[in-house]
Amino acid sequence: MGRVTAGPEGRRAYWDREFEAFVAGAAGRLLHAATLLTAEPDDDAPAARDLLADALARTYAHWDRLRGDDPYAHARRELCTAFARQAWRHRRGRGGLLSRLTPRLRLVLVLRYHEGLAEETAGALLGLPPERVRTLAARAGRLAGRAAGAVAGGAP
Amino acid sequence: MSTGSHREDELRRLLDRRHTAVPPGLADRAATRGLRLLRRRRALHGAGWLLLIAAVAAFTVWAAVVQPWSVPPSTVAPPFEGL
Repeated sequence: MGRVTAGPEGRRAYWDREFEAFVAGAAGRLLHAATLLTAEPDDDAPAARDLLADALARTYAHWDRLRGDDPYAHARRELCTAFARQAWRHRRGRGGLLSRLTPRLRLVLVLRYHEGLAEETAGALLGLPPERVRTLAARAGRLAGRAAGAVAGGAP
Repeated sequence: MSTGSHREDELRRLLDRRHTAVPPGLADRAATRGLRLLRRRRALHGAGWLLLIAAVAAFTVWAAVVQPWSVPPSTVAPPFEGL
């Protein structure tokens, strides 16, 4: 049937190719962001992989309605909202760089400095005013710097 | 100002230091799951429309049969003011 009426099937194949190219380009970066968020070790991050798989599946389901929107931004939003929803599970962290930070501080830090979003954009994503993002980012940066200093054994 | 941006650069470097290997076949699995999500969403959407249409039809039939807008004939006589 799909052979004669190539409409939806053909479109699906086209989507799949587009989506595959998108994942090939974006998955590494998104997975790194997810690993920072869940504060898992880099070589063992099952929760981050789950978060990423979920965000990508939702992005695929949304693919026909993206209409020129950046799929990366959409996937990132899905990733962050999913993480925020289950933040209580990641409160303690599992030994990653940001284990000592609260989930919200990790979110702010990742969005500001890993993803390079402006305070306004990050605030819109998290439902916080930009000034609040600034104070949270400053605090998160201090804590992260201290944690990195402790890991590297250098001066904080 | 410059110390602030220097600090931010350092943070960026710190967060970007290591990278995790992406599991193979991720796009395929995500697409399969996404498709399932999409189908479920569409089925729900269809069920919602069906419910709405059924409700409208039921209301129309009920309204046509009962005609709730027609006033029942009065059983109270008007006050007698004659004579």
